[in-house]
Amino acid sequence: MTLGDIALRNLRRRKSKAAFVLIGLTIGVSAVVAFISLVEALTHNINNKLEEYGANILIVPKTENLPMSYGGLSLGGVLFDMKEIHEEELAKIREIENAQNVAAVGPMLLGAVEVESRKAVLAGMDFKSIYQLRPWWKFQGRLPDADQDGVLAGMEAARVLGLDVGKSVAMNGRRLVVSGILDATGSQDDHILFTHLATAQSILHKEGRISLAEVAALCAGCPIEEMVRQISEILPEANVMAIKQVVEGRMETLNHFRKASYGLSAIVALVGALVVLVTMMGSVRERTAEIGIFRAVGFRSGHVMKIILLEAGIVSVLAGIMGYLIGIGATKIALLFFAGEGAHAGHGVEVPFDPWLAGAALALAILLGLAASFYPARVAARLDPCEALRTL
Amino acid sequence: MSYIRIDNLTKQYGEGEAAVLAIRNMNFGIASGELIAIMGESGSGKSTLLTVMGALNSPASGKYWVDQIDVYALGHEERADFRRNYLGFVFQSFHLIPYLNVRENVMLPLTPVKAKKGEKRAMADDALRRVGLASKAGRLPGQISGGEQERVAIARALVNRPPILLADEPTGNLDTKTTREIMDLLKALNSDGMTIIMVTHNPECAKYAGRILRLSDGLLVPDHRDEETWVLCRPA
Repeated sequence: MTLGDIALRNLRRRKSKAAFVLIGLTIGVSAVVAFISLVEALTHNINNKLEEYGANILIVPKTENLPMSYGGLSLGGVLFDMKEIHEEELAKIREIENAQNVAAVGPMLLGAVEVESRKAVLAGMDFKSIYQLRPWWKFQGRLPDADQDGVLAGMEAARVLGLDVGKSVAMNGRRLVVSGILDATGSQDDHILFTHLATAQSILHKEGRISLAEVAALCAGCPIEEMVRQISEILPEANVMAIKQVVEGRMETLNHFRKASYGLSAIVALVGALVVLVTMMGSVRERTAEIGIFRAVGFRSGHVMKIILLEAGIVSVLAGIMGYLIGIGATKIALLFFAGEGAHAGHGVEVPFDPWLAGAALALAILLGLAASFYPARVAARLDPCEALRTL
Repeated sequence: MSYIRIDNLTKQYGEGEAAVLAIRNMNFGIASGELIAIMGESGSGKSTLLTVMGALNSPASGKYWVDQIDVYALGHEERADFRRNYLGFVFQSFHLIPYLNVRENVMLPLTPVKAKKGEKRAMADDALRRVGLASKAGRLPGQISGGEQERVAIARALVNRPPILLADEPTGNLDTKTTREIMDLLKALNSDGMTIIMVTHNPECAKYAGRILRLSDGLLVPDHRDEETWVLCRPA
């Protein structure tokens, strides 16, 4: 017979009280788990979606640029002392501290070419990383083959230059075949002719050189600013910029949601703790006589306190486990409504088992249970045994 | 020197005009191995005296000595240890814990004691054998008769082998036959050297006592049965 045995027997005897404490704590813990896992799942989901937005770090040559505009009227600009980037320098990006966060690096060479006596912009690029850098691209035909002098024409460029898939086009004296035509993107890509980087370097006589590079580096927990700093260090001749408006906007929204969730979690957890406090106080009052007997037969006040806290601890452990499972279940249901719209609602958003969250839920339940039971346990321990026996 | 000694003990409930003196400047001693009956009308202070002697109820003034220990000079926790080591309680209505079986109820005073579970179980079974209830060790209190519940309460009181047993109306709720059985049991324990102090209204039970302390209005008064054994109070 131990203090634990007494605690267990009492819980079994007072099932409804124990169930009430269990429900109160479980609701508190499951709400916290649900909010946190929901926020985490949505963050993960949004980060994944943000990756689909393509490049978010831009590397351009360092220039001394004087903008020439006034009242919204652009007068062009003056570029001088431009430091060119060499293609082989980009390999260093794979060596930065956060290299594992680099999803793709896309070098690009831009230059003006003459097509059928009309001026056009030719862009040389690496089509292998196009699905990370331009995931929104849709086109008729196909991308230029690696071993072929092919060109992918932006929709507007194709219209202006009268290009069709399969038609060959001469530029700067070299003949390329139009392998595909981009659907309208609403961006500058609509006006550009895209070809392999090596082909463009050859046509523009800029072997080994690039105009800019795009880096796709957005993923869960990517420290974009830190990555910009790291790339700047290894490419001192380049200007490295983060395209962060989209990220920041999304993250700000998510942070608001996160803060609101934590606030709500705290309130629900507090209500759960109050339920425990009130129920345990009621239980202690009901057991005054029993506590008197314990004290009369030689239990120290610490022993009485231990019995009450053990009871709370046992219920808290159960509440922690149940709270975690219910919270995760609630998150999965909530994601059906939160994570998307229409037919794709909730699909593709996973709520993986998180041992930290499970541990934290258990710890939270125990902490709440014990903290809320501390006062009732103290009251029980301080009961005057003579007064307690008088209630018999 | 007496094994148990009450010196100038006063117990007061309430303050000011509402104050009630439950025990008034009481003095007496009890030798080790005595069987004492405390008698008196309702409200005479019998139960208060028993709770004071049970180290449960601090007096307003005076001293309570057991085995040369000034009981109320001990701290609260030390007093709990004192109760566990020196005293066994038998309450009027048995006061068994309803959700613990007979053996577990008997083991209750051993719970805070650091000993192996098997040892504690053996001690409880031994106490149950002494009260003739070894066969009902697994039953819940609600599944046994009143007399058996009283025996369980006695077994619980003697399981940790305390030198003193305090009993508050131990036969108050029992029929004549069971009363006799319980009193025989207490007498047997007393014969084994246990000091027993019991509060009783029942003169038949008091006959088992070697000495009667008769209380009236918080004072000890002469007992008509044996003028030599009463202890004169000294009113304040």
